[in-house]
Amino acid sequence: MTTTLHTPPVSTSGDKADARVVRRRLGPGRRIRFAFWIGPALALALWAVGSASGVIKPAILSAPWDVVIAFEDQWVNHDLLGNILSSLERSLIGLSIGVVTGAVLAVFSGLSRAGESLIDGPIQIKRSVPTLALIPLFIAWFGIGHEMKIITIALISMVPIYIHTHNGLRGIDGRYAELAETIGISRGEFVRHVVLPGALPGFLLGMRFAVTSSLLGLVVVEQYNAVAGIGHMITLAEQYGQTDVIVVGLVIYGVFGYCADSAVRLIARRVLSWRQTLEG
Amino acid sequence: MAADSGGLTTAAAVRVRNLHRSFNKDGGVLNGLDLDIAPGEFVALIGRSGTGKSTLLRALAGLDRDVAGHGRIEVPASVSVVFQDSRLLPWKRILDNVIFGLRGADAADRGRQALAEVGLAGRERAWPYQLSGGEQQRAALARSLVREPQLLLADEPFGALDALTRIRMHALLRKLCEAHRPAVLLVTHDVDEAIVLADRVILLDAGVVDTDVRVELTSRSRSDAGFAGLRTLLLDRLGVAADAG
Ligand SMILES: Nc1ncnc2c1ncn2[C@@H]1O[C@H](COP(=O)(O)OP(=O)(O)OP(=O)(O)O)[C@@H](O)[C@H]1O
Ligand SMILES: [Mg+2]
Repeated sequence: MTTTLHTPPVSTSGDKADARVVRRRLGPGRRIRFAFWIGPALALALWAVGSASGVIKPAILSAPWDVVIAFEDQWVNHDLLGNILSSLERSLIGLSIGVVTGAVLAVFSGLSRAGESLIDGPIQIKRSVPTLALIPLFIAWFGIGHEMKIITIALISMVPIYIHTHNGLRGIDGRYAELAETIGISRGEFVRHVVLPGALPGFLLGMRFAVTSSLLGLVVVEQYNAVAGIGHMITLAEQYGQTDVIVVGLVIYGVFGYCADSAVRLIARRVLSWRQTLEG
Repeated sequence: MAADSGGLTTAAAVRVRNLHRSFNKDGGVLNGLDLDIAPGEFVALIGRSGTGKSTLLRALAGLDRDVAGHGRIEVPASVSVVFQDSRLLPWKRILDNVIFGLRGADAADRGRQALAEVGLAGRERAWPYQLSGGEQQRAALARSLVREPQLLLADEPFGALDALTRIRMHALLRKLCEAHRPAVLLVTHDVDEAIVLADRVILLDAGVVDTDVRVELTSRSRSDAGFAGLRTLLLDRLGVAADAG
């Protein structure tokens, strides 16, 4: 019997030569630093250039520096911080209520056929009625105060959470449920260890929709008899024809929405690190 | 070498009587199957594709509630299943997968020990996708063994592994089973695997146990004369010419 031993080529030079065959990448590739900010910064630059060169007339859209001046004026003279805080408070309370109810309803209707027949239908019906069209009704029911605003925002943000969590839950591989059955765990443990983590990607997508929906709801509800809030500020500015103040409000909404969305995506990347996806 | 062991009646870990299962009205998959497995006995189940091996295993695991049929099944209180895919929860780290559903303060320690037994010490905090196919399957084995089951059901657990890893897994499984002594029912389509691993090989055909042989070999090496004889017998019953296998 002959044996041939192949000795591996010994690398004599200490250099780190690295010759490899690399396939063309079809996915999005490695993450870029500050990628979140590149798009918005570019948009801001375009806006500034457009205003400076006169392409964007002040009557159409105030220049960024005018907006900064208006911002300062609002901050100093009109309690802009108070407006921001009161808007934030409204959307946060509404959003939290909406997210919790949406998720709880999704788990109930996702895990039990009885729950599904009770919950799913009404939510689909509710979904086809625009929440904003319900406001007059809510005003009649809950008055024009704080309650009506919170309930509207909660309802608006509940729907995407429900839809996406439910969808994510039902998309969980049935084999994991089978495994859980053979291991002999309780329903509560099943929900905690299989259902919730499995539905988490869906929930987080719903969350991205929900944060922006809650801001959308904010814009509308604050037009009704608010004494504070960004929507209130915009409504006043509208009456006095102060375009720059309106743009201040819009920019604040934009920044809110963008930051909230980025935060959700960041959290999603952290908590979904068990996945090997193109997100990377 | 090979002896018939038709009626094993002493205290059995598994007792199946007159088991019927069918997926449609034309014909049953299992037609009055009887089977006994003694505590600590390692039984390999072979049979042609589609003869109902998985159906029997799922019946024993209690996973066939939607399948029509009747019959009597007695299994021990603690049964553990190893599936063909490792079925590790992708969102749990390896150790958490192994001790999933395990109660007690020492669960983590027992999990670590089980992982060490299957040669995965140090990989406790890895995500399932970071493990190779064989490592995932070993983690699944650890998850089953840490529960110290009285009955281990395995449906082609090494089906997706390469030949070399399979040989390693065979040795590991024998060693672990000798240490923990559960009754084992292992489904395989590989006659050699069945003979190497099992105390007894049963062959399923037409929904009943067609052949039931005890493996009594002095050594489990393929060069053993008894090995070849048993292999020929089983392949013959499977309708395959032995030299072709
Ligand atoms: N869920 C199902 N619905 C309908 N028929 C099924 C179902 N599961 C299995 N069968 C049928 O039952 C028969 C036995 O299937 P089973 O999976 O038990 O075979 P098997 O012996 O495990 O085969 P293999 O070696 O290929 O895994 C097959 O004819 C199969 O088509
Ligand atoms: Mg099968």
